[in-house]
Amino acid sequence: MTDTISKARKIKDTILKLMMVLSAGLICSLLLGLIGYILYRGIPHISWMLVSTKPSLLRGTVGILPNILNTLYIIIITLVIVLPLGVGAAIYLNEYAKNKKLVRVIELATETLAGIPSIIYGLVGMLLFVQFFSLGTSLMAGSLTLAIMTLPTIIRTTQESLKTVPKAYREGSLGLGAGKWYMIRTVVIPCVIDGIVTGCILSVGRVVGESAALLFTAGMANELLSVPEAVQAGNAGSTLTVAMYVYAKERGQFDVAFAVAAILLVLTFLINMSAKIAAVRLKQKRG
Amino acid sequence: MEKIKKTARWMERAMNLLFLVCGLLTILFVVLITIFLLISGIPAIRDIGLGDFLFGKVWASTSAKPSYGILPFILASVYGTLGAILIGVPIGLLCAIFLAKMSPKKVSSAVRNVVDLLAGIPSVVYGLVGMIIIVPCVREIFHLPDGANLFSAILVLAVMILPSIISVSETAIGAVPKEYEEASLALGATKTETVFKVVVPAAKSGIVTAVVLGIGRAVGEAMAVMMVAGNVANMPKLFGSVRFLTTAVASEMSYSSGLQRQALFSIALVLFLFIMAINLILNVVIKKKV
Repeated sequence: MTDTISKARKIKDTILKLMMVLSAGLICSLLLGLIGYILYRGIPHISWMLVSTKPSLLRGTVGILPNILNTLYIIIITLVIVLPLGVGAAIYLNEYAKNKKLVRVIELATETLAGIPSIIYGLVGMLLFVQFFSLGTSLMAGSLTLAIMTLPTIIRTTQESLKTVPKAYREGSLGLGAGKWYMIRTVVIPCVIDGIVTGCILSVGRVVGESAALLFTAGMANELLSVPEAVQAGNAGSTLTVAMYVYAKERGQFDVAFAVAAILLVLTFLINMSAKIAAVRLKQKRG
Repeated sequence: MEKIKKTARWMERAMNLLFLVCGLLTILFVVLITIFLLISGIPAIRDIGLGDFLFGKVWASTSAKPSYGILPFILASVYGTLGAILIGVPIGLLCAIFLAKMSPKKVSSAVRNVVDLLAGIPSVVYGLVGMIIIVPCVREIFHLPDGANLFSAILVLAVMILPSIISVSETAIGAVPKEYEEASLALGATKTETVFKVVVPAAKSGIVTAVVLGIGRAVGEAMAVMMVAGNVANMPKLFGSVRFLTTAVASEMSYSSGLQRQALFSIALVLFLFIMAINLILNVVIKKKV
């Protein structure tokens, strides 16, 4: 077979193949190098003191407990805000909407929201929540900003999941005399829980990785905040990513920065794994 | 119908309305973002003059005789994005073709995991690694006084746009009907020739979408670029310290005031218009495909 091919073609073939393998190899080694380097530089500096205290100027110690807590607070507040809105919007698009044009406009708006860079969200969040609604630089302002940012993710995953619910379920429920809202509450929503969970995981991933949108909305403070303080206006706090940025860029404390980066990497890995598992479960249901 | 209680019917209507409001919220947010950016961005442009603002070559916001020209930022963003695309697209595309058509299933799924993980890594982590590894390397290799420059930023951006380019173009390539391939193979083309001359052209619109998405990501990236590009408002040179549109906003926002602050909002407005243009292109491409 191969004899019939001219030499030039064979060489070209081999070169292209080689280049493909090389680029895939390059990407893999890039990731491995990245992970290896960050863990190598970061893990030696992760200590119990680092993750369980707040920074103290008096003792000259650095701790990232406030940043861990702030990250958690922002994740929770963001999800609490965005979940009802996103799931509601998806349900409207899939179950209620009759006007095709309106659906198209909403979908266009969702795509637009997904494409806006985070620095613009940060800026608008600052104008809107920090100044206009006078929440001050605070976790609340940051969470509200991120809620708008993650809205497209939740809408999309919920919508995809809604599409997998068989029409017969809806017709059966309606045929038995259930109202539409009753049908959605008892039949449709339980079927799309896994889609909603996937959306949550992806949103958590975005929130954990976000920094530009939080810089001017949630601020750079490193104080320990209690739960009631976290939901109050005016209490600023930096998440892990923002803290990492500040330690690396503004203070030159690269050991701390790498320790935080290592923690962030592990978090990213866990989030990716859970998203994969959720996606597999979604597929099983579909198949 | 009469048997349904009045409260139930009332409830139905309320829920209908509630869901409609949720649906309309996305539109509201887009409108709000646009309005806030326009309101806060336009005054400075009016003060400075559109021409001086867009095409002025000097940005000296804090000097005694301030000058607000953002051409350096625009060009830096454009060059940076172009450079990232030039490096990222060939590598990403080759990798996507490899994943979709050439490699064994197990290898594909492993590499796909790698790509997903790359996509999930926070941009500040890329920035940190760029700062610690790429910047010193660039300085040593090219014998520069400082390695924080446009070239380093391009390298970091190229890595950051890889995941979106790979996953979107892989999906597009995978969606090409198998008959195309079979026909080409039956005519005597090798597997590689088939993939490059038949499958890839057939998946063109998906690949264009991937590239445009990559452009969007590169234009909008702020933190990683801030950490490796040096952040000086020069006219861009490959080995000179530069400031992008995104980093121009981020770096001065915390201490700005007056016209300077307003000018920062105007920069954000320009960036927003860039992104909207990219979205528009994306929509046109997607619509064509349907």
